[in-house]
Order: sequence, then C-alpha cells, then structure tokens
Amino acid sequence: MEAETQKWELRLYVAGKTVKSVAALNNLKKYCEEHLKDKYTIEVIDLLEQPQLAEGDQILAIPTLVRKVPEPIRKIIGDLSNEEKVLVGLNVRPVNKTA
Amino acid sequence: MKNIKTNTSLQSTLLKTPTGIKGLDELTWGGFPFGRPTLVCGDPGCGKTLLSTEFLVRGATEYNEPGVFVAFEEKSSELAMNVASLGFNLEKLQSENLLRIDHIHIERSEIEETGEYDLEGLFIRLDHAIKTINAKRVVLDTIENLFSGLSNQTILRSEIRRLFQWLKEKKVTAVITGERGNGMLTRQGLEEYVSDCVILLENRVVNNITTRFLRVVKYRGSVHGTNEYPFLIDDEGISVLPVTSLLLDNEVSTERVSSGIPSLDEMLDKKGFYRGSSILVSGTAGTGKTSIAAYFADNSCKRGERCVYLAFEESPHQIIRNMKSIGVNMEAHVKKGLLMFHASRPTLFGLEMHLVAIHKIVKKFKPKTVVLDPITNLITIGSVSEVKSMLIRLIDFLQAEQITVLFTALTLNNTVHEQTDEGVSSLVDAWLLVRDIESNGERNRGMYIMKSRGMKHSNQVREFVIRDTGLDLVDVYLGPSGVLTGSAREEAQLREQTGLVLRDFAVSRKDREIERKRAILEAKIAALKEEFEIIQDELNKTYVEDDLKKEMMHKSRVHLTKRRNKDTSTEKNIKNTPNGS
Repeated sequence: MEAETQKWELRLYVAGKTVKSVAALNNLKKYCEEHLKDKYTIEVIDLLEQPQLAEGDQILAIPTLVRKVPEPIRKIIGDLSNEEKVLVGLNVRPVNKTA
Repeated sequence: MKNIKTNTSLQSTLLKTPTGIKGLDELTWGGFPFGRPTLVCGDPGCGKTLLSTEFLVRGATEYNEPGVFVAFEEKSSELAMNVASLGFNLEKLQSENLLRIDHIHIERSEIEETGEYDLEGLFIRLDHAIKTINAKRVVLDTIENLFSGLSNQTILRSEIRRLFQWLKEKKVTAVITGERGNGMLTRQGLEEYVSDCVILLENRVVNNITTRFLRVVKYRGSVHGTNEYPFLIDDEGISVLPVTSLLLDNEVSTERVSSGIPSLDEMLDKKGFYRGSSILVSGTAGTGKTSIAAYFADNSCKRGERCVYLAFEESPHQIIRNMKSIGVNMEAHVKKGLLMFHASRPTLFGLEMHLVAIHKIVKKFKPKTVVLDPITNLITIGSVSEVKSMLIRLIDFLQAEQITVLFTALTLNNTVHEQTDEGVSSLVDAWLLVRDIESNGERNRGMYIMKSRGMKHSNQVREFVIRDTGLDLVDVYLGPSGVLTGSAREEAQLREQTGLVLRDFAVSRKDREIERKRAILEAKIAALKEEFEIIQDELNKTYVEDDLKKEMMHKSRVHLTKRRNKDTSTEKNIKNTPNGS
C-alpha cells in the first residue's frame, strides 16, 4: 500500500495562543495520532514571531493547516473541528481506523 | 506632507494625502483623506488598478511616501509588467524599499474550511509589509477577491470591517478597489465599510468612442468637484481633466504677432494679432483656410518661435506638399525642430483625449503658436456643446500659457455647423471669415474681419487671392456696378486701363492736330511774307528804276549843258536846278 511509505508533512500556522489556534493544534494532533501514527510531522509556525513566513504559503486565514507532503499542497483553514473534512483535506483514509 | 486646509469657513482641517495624479488633486482639493481608506470602484477595465498603482508610485517618487500594494489578482511580476508601459519601474522602487508588492493568492480548490477562523494572517502580512518599508500608503486590489476564495461570508465581512478599522489605526492612507456591482458601487457592498471617500470610474461608449470618466461620489469632510471628469490613460499615467481655470484672470499681452500675410496685417491695424489671443478662420470648403493657417505657422517659425500644427483632416505630408504649391516650405521648419505636426483622426479617440493629447504636446513642445485645423471635424465625435466646452478649456489653457492659437472652421449651409461657428466665435478674439463670392460663372474668395477685439481693423471686404507665390489680399473693385471680384474685377480694371489708353491717345491726337494747324498757319504766314516781300521788291524796283532814270536824265542833261556852255557859274546854277524842281 502506498500509505506504508508515505509521510505527511504538516504545517500549522497560528498567530499567538488564541482559542482557535489552540483548538486547531489539539484537533490536529488527535487526528494524526489516530490515523497517521508515526507517519507525520507537524511544524507549528507562529506568525506573530515570524511574520515573513506568511507570504511563502499564502497564508491569509488563521489558523491554517498546510499539507506540504504529499503533493499537491492542500490548505485547511479553521479550527479543524470537523474531523471528516480534515481527513478528506489531508487525503487520509479514515478507513484505516475502522479496518 | 502637503496638508491642505480644505474649507476655512468650516473648522475642519482634514489632512490630505496628495495622489500626484494629474488633475485628481485639484478635483479633490488636495488628494485622498489622510489615514483613511478610499474606495475606488468601477467596471472591469476602467483603470482601477492603474489609478491605485499610480497613487503608490507617485507617493514613492514625488512625496517620498513608501507604499504597499496588496494584489489579490495579479502577481507582482505581472503587475510590474502591466504598468511598465506607463513608465513606472516597480522593480526599481521595490529595490529601493519604496514599494512592496504582496501578492495574495487564494486558490479555492486548495482550501478546505472547517470551523472558526479569522484573517489574522492577512493582517500580519500587511503589518509586516508596512513595517519593513515604513509605508504610508496601502493599496488593496481588489479585496473582493476574498469572497470568491472563502465561503464564510459572515467571517469575511466582519474581518473586512476590522481590516479597515485597523488601517485607520495604522494611520496609512489606503486605496481599496472594488468592481462595480449590480445597483451598488461594489459587488460586495464595500462602500458600507469605506465611507470617507468614494471615487467612481466609468467607461462609456458614445458613438463608438470610449471615454473614461471619473467622479468623486463622496468625500466626507471636504469640498470636491462633483462633476464627471473625463480622464485618460497614456504612457505617462492617468490624467484627469478638471476645467483648468474657471476664473477669467489670464494675463494679457499687448505684443503683436504677424499673421504671415502682410496685407492681412495691414487690415489688422497694420500689426497683426495680439500674442496669446485666439483666432478663428472660418469659411466654406476650399476657401483657403488651411493656407492661412499654414502661413501663420510658417511666419511663427520664421520668427524662430515654435509652432504646433494639429491636423485633424490631412496628414502632415499632405499639408507639406500642398503648401509647397503656394510657396510655403514647411518641411524646413520641421527639420529645424520649430514646427511640429500632430495629425490624428478625430474619431481616433474622444474629445477629452484630444484635449489631453494637446495639453501634453503643448507642455512638452512649449510652442508659441498652435494651429488647429479644422475644429469642425471634432463635431463628428461630440455634440456642439461638448466641442464648445472642450474648446473653452483649450483656449483657456493656451491663454494661460500665452500661446496664440488659430482655429480653422468649416462652415456649411447647415444649421449645426453655423451654430458651432457662433458658439466658438464668442470665445475667440479675432474672427476672419473667408467667403465664396460667386458671380459671372466663377467663384472667388472674399475675406473680411468679423471681429478683432481690442484693435482697429478694416471693415472692408478684400479679395483673397491664392497665387503660386503666396497669399495676398486684393482690394475688391468698387465700380458703378457694385463690388467686383475675380476676373470681373480684372476685366473692370482692364476696361479702366483701356479707357485710359484711349483717352491718352485721343489727347495726343488733338495735340498733334493743333501742332499741325499751327505748322500750316506758320507756313501760310511765311508764304504771305514772301509774297509781301515780292511786292515790296517790285515796288522798290520801280522806285530804283525811276531814280536811275532821273539820274540818268540829269546826268545826260548836265552833259548836254556842259557841252553847250563852258561857263562854270552857269554850270553850278543848272546843277542845282534838278534838286529844286
């Protein structure tokens, strides 16, 4: 299966420790642990500290989750409260869980 | 920064940011409101992006105010390329830290929305951009693109509202562009959030000719021009055209300039036109209006003054060729750089564009005289009142620059055109009318001065003659049968000459006759004298003969006496006797 070798490189853009940011990070961690155990890396970028990084990934909304790998790049904005949408966006098969 | 007190009677001292765009600052009495967002809206392709770009470029280059351009539509390289045609070098400005272009790209297909979010990312980016170059101006072009990228309208609207508030707090003068919506100024109703200054751009097509218009829809706390002002985009950016001056306070000159036709100058108080005045030459087709204009231009160049010849009918080459036939060498002036032709079809663009084009040429070339040939062609692209208002502005502008302008106008026996004539004629300082005078099966040109403000001028109709050697005004023949022109005039003149010759001839014949008579008389007198002398001679002859006879008789008697008696005493007595008898 392709999922065997695939890695997920995720980047979460936040701006300070806002409620939404914290919620998004927590949600993301939860999903990854469940569906992508040991196959993912999460990089959290605080734009308040590194504002120049916002341009590279065309960040507009906060929080934004960017899936760098696997290609193509996908962005998920919001507090990631809808698990299904996040998984679809990350191209993760929730089947793994049920199987 | 230029701070302009807009209205002293009100106590408001709204600070303004000059845009640096030609005409727009006059129209808004100083520029956009400082530290507030201004909305620029309009249909696609009416120049919103250009206007906002020029706002930043002028700010950076002329007022030393760096600016941030947030592009939601175009990439920075695309934008740079697009405005390069206007002479704006965005790359250079960027390297000098006077400009920063931030391209915000939202790809709908890449984005998934789950749950709550805000646009803090945009704020952070903007803030970062403003801070890095210490920007004073910001352009958001066009923020409405967010609506197509993100689906949560509620969040978007509240965030946009927050953004504008935030921009105000940042004390940057912002320009927000928006596409015009149905029944609203913008599609997403941005005018709700930006309510300090709204500029509307419009593209209108009338008679197949597009004109761009700019209108200040609202400007809180400031006086502003309320009309629609035409503007145009050319290789130097945007030029908005408010009426240059509404006051009639142009300086006037008493200096005179020659018309190039000595006999015409003669009619104009022997000196010609005033410098900086406007002259209208009107006439029917083929009366030589262009020739007069060419002479005027030629004379200006001969004085060493620059001249711009705006041709709306003929191409420069055509004019040069045609004028050669009457002895005007315009090519030489063009080569010397004294004469500049600018030929354009009136239908090429709208009236306003023409006006701006003329403005720019005049500003660049700095002529002393301008020729417009003919203005009536402009009617084809505008109504009479539009043309008039354009000409008012043109005359106004040229007078302020002390430029003498000569218009030619074609008159037809058509009401519309006559109106133009009258419409324009009230604006001009001198009006020459060239007319056809048709009689005896031929057409001649007559010229007279309808008006010439501020100088004595001849009231005579002159015949206007075009010869190989040039133009001339000839006195018309005023005979017992009225005013005669052309060959009728020549005929009358000839007749007069013949009369003179005949009279001369008659006089000399009479003289000769008298002479002859005198000769005859004198001859007669001589003959009579001769006759008299002959008679006298005859008479004398008889006398002499008589005397001789007497003497002879006396001699012979004395001889006889001597012979008879030799007595001397007696001889003496006898000698005395003949005397005594």
